[in-house]
Amino acid sequence: MIDELKILYHHGKQYIPDPTKAVVPAPFRGRPVISDAQIDTAALVDLCPTGAIEASPAVSLDLGKCVFCGECALLFPDKIRFINDHRLASNERQRLIVKAGMDAPIVLNPELVRAEIRRVFGQSLKLRQISAAGDNSFEAELNACGNVNFDMGRYGIEFVASPRHADGVVITGPISENMAEATEICYRAVPNPKIVVLVGTDAISGGIFTGSRALNRSFLNKYPIDLYVPGNPPHPLTFIQGILDLTRKKFD
Amino acid sequence: MITSPKTSRATTVKNYQTILLEDVLVMSYQSFYEEVTAMMRDGESYHIVNYFAFQHRLVLKFICIIAIDSNQTLRVFSHELSLKQPLSSYSLPSISAEIYQFHIFEREIWENHGIYFENHPWLKPVRFAFDRANTMKVNDYPFYKIDSEELHEVGVGPIHAGVIEPGHFRFICNGEMVLHLEIQLGWQHRGVEKLYLEKTKLLQRTVLSESIAGDTAVGHACTFVMGIESNAGIKVDTELAIERTIGLELERVAMALFDLSNLNVGTAYQLASSVYGALRTPVINYFQAWCGNRFGKGLIRVGGTHYPLTAELQQRLKKLLYEVEWRSEEMSEKAFNLPSEQSRFEEIGKVTYRQMYLIGAVGQAAKAAGLKRDVRWSHPDITYQSLDFKPVTLSTGDVWARFLLRRLELLQSIGLIRQLLSIHSNISTRPKPRYDDTVNLTPNSLTISINEGWRGEICHTMVTGDEGELIRYKVKDPSLHNWLALALSLRDLEISDFPINNKSYNLSYCGFDL
Repeated sequence: MIDELKILYHHGKQYIPDPTKAVVPAPFRGRPVISDAQIDTAALVDLCPTGAIEASPAVSLDLGKCVFCGECALLFPDKIRFINDHRLASNERQRLIVKAGMDAPIVLNPELVRAEIRRVFGQSLKLRQISAAGDNSFEAELNACGNVNFDMGRYGIEFVASPRHADGVVITGPISENMAEATEICYRAVPNPKIVVLVGTDAISGGIFTGSRALNRSFLNKYPIDLYVPGNPPHPLTFIQGILDLTRKKFD
Repeated sequence: MITSPKTSRATTVKNYQTILLEDVLVMSYQSFYEEVTAMMRDGESYHIVNYFAFQHRLVLKFICIIAIDSNQTLRVFSHELSLKQPLSSYSLPSISAEIYQFHIFEREIWENHGIYFENHPWLKPVRFAFDRANTMKVNDYPFYKIDSEELHEVGVGPIHAGVIEPGHFRFICNGEMVLHLEIQLGWQHRGVEKLYLEKTKLLQRTVLSESIAGDTAVGHACTFVMGIESNAGIKVDTELAIERTIGLELERVAMALFDLSNLNVGTAYQLASSVYGALRTPVINYFQAWCGNRFGKGLIRVGGTHYPLTAELQQRLKKLLYEVEWRSEEMSEKAFNLPSEQSRFEEIGKVTYRQMYLIGAVGQAAKAAGLKRDVRWSHPDITYQSLDFKPVTLSTGDVWARFLLRRLELLQSIGLIRQLLSIHSNISTRPKPRYDDTVNLTPNSLTISINEGWRGEICHTMVTGDEGELIRYKVKDPSLHNWLALALSLRDLEISDFPINNKSYNLSYCGFDL
């Protein structure tokens, strides 16, 4: 008993008091900021391993395709830098594209949030996770959302074992052909109303697996997506913030 | 950079050695069969590392790599089949019928190329790869069946109750007792090996290596870059090699803490699961402070690094190791002496030394049953050679042994990192990474690169063509060998013991499925 109390004392308080105000320290690669500096844009575009950077009309970086390797910022530091702003999630795919000269937080588009989402899920949200060829770093970070540090459960947000108990699905991975059917069956087993959240670059665009013939991403054309959470993998705070922004009444 | 191999019948090479493909002697299948079976019958210092096939000019070329643990070498065998007749018309005597550890590799060759193996004990699909010759669908996997009115089957997955990767587990049970477990994988297949050929940029291939198994990003990335550096003749300085090894060991520390925490979730011992789990957080946060990513993605690059381990980072690492060591040991002293933990873990999920040897198990699963399989000891690179290192082995092969192995390897890795820091010269200027313009692969060559990831032996084998382009890239995660160990663990166990057994192995789904 005494031993355990000692361990508990040394364990101390692990929880982050307010995850919505927490800051991830540098050199975390969060939101990129692109300057108007003149550089060899062809070389910049060619460098990106996933084609996330486009040169025209102005240089832009698509966080839905970015694997956050940060090479562009390392080789073209005057043009691109990644700041430690971890708030990267949005419900509108276009909003994940950061353009040159833009240095504003990424936020949700309130008009696209269905009315029932806030009414029904505003205080409690149970999610079923589907790993559809996720590389296990995505799954580990989703698990971390519920650990003693991030403690997402304090907001009434939890992962549950059955789709029948869930209010939505959280998909990780680029969706392999072999998981395509199971993904759809699981989604259809969730009662209405329900949400779909894509977590990680692989899920949003295929990431480094884009173009692989082993994928089947047709699910994404059939059903509405309620939230995109970029990252490789997304930081737990990115996920928690995105879900809160989607389901809670308050906007920035 | 090419070095010439020693040739007897088979070709003898070292880990990270590049040779010309033509220097690998092509044998008839019969002499290959005889030589390999004779060698493997011979003893426990041999184990299979890789065996695969690829189309090369007018033949289907087979490459088989066997490790000799006693003298730090690898034997490379090759045989060929003509493409003039359809591959599905070939039938070869199976080596697995005699040497079980070949089973998964022959299954893979059968599935992907259609070559039939006579008398293979378990010729079934491995991962339902998109480019397979076998046309069976993932939902039609031929599970082992028993006709009985008393027995019942339990099917679990592919989607599991937790936040975890997909796999299907099929139990045949007598009441609560498991007679047989069969594990069907392949759900995660992303076509990784083909993507190595299709994504031609070095950076793309490095990022791909980091994504084979995101929990082993450093392990797979190190194996990839060390293979490329050997093939392209790039020398890296000692400091960079030390820093990569620190990355590998730190990944091991993080995952040992994860597993210790997770096993205590299995026993519902909340205190230990929280304490170990909370200790993992500063370790992965350290990765983030070092390279900007909690899993070490971005850290390992060909020929150099963007993230030297500065004096400040080294100081921080020393403090971190101190904290992790005493606090995890404080917890372990309690947890490992609790009768409730002991009774839950001991004698559960036992596998024997002989079973592990026969199936060719590697890494943690092998070491927990007393089988010394550790690349850091058997095929070390120059850095591990300079360290005082002996693998931890235990003898009981039960969940308890795998639990204890995590604790001991955690302490061992902390010790190794301290040794590494002491031989690091503190000069913090590292060369920058290389890109395609300065990296030229050797034409018509073969490179074998093996590292000890936290789960066990990772092997990447690359073959290049006339222009130095990749024509085959073969990835092997240790899980390829070890999933069968989990299935063996479950025999004659209550089905409710499955979760702690699964946690005690913590094998990779995506590393297996590729």
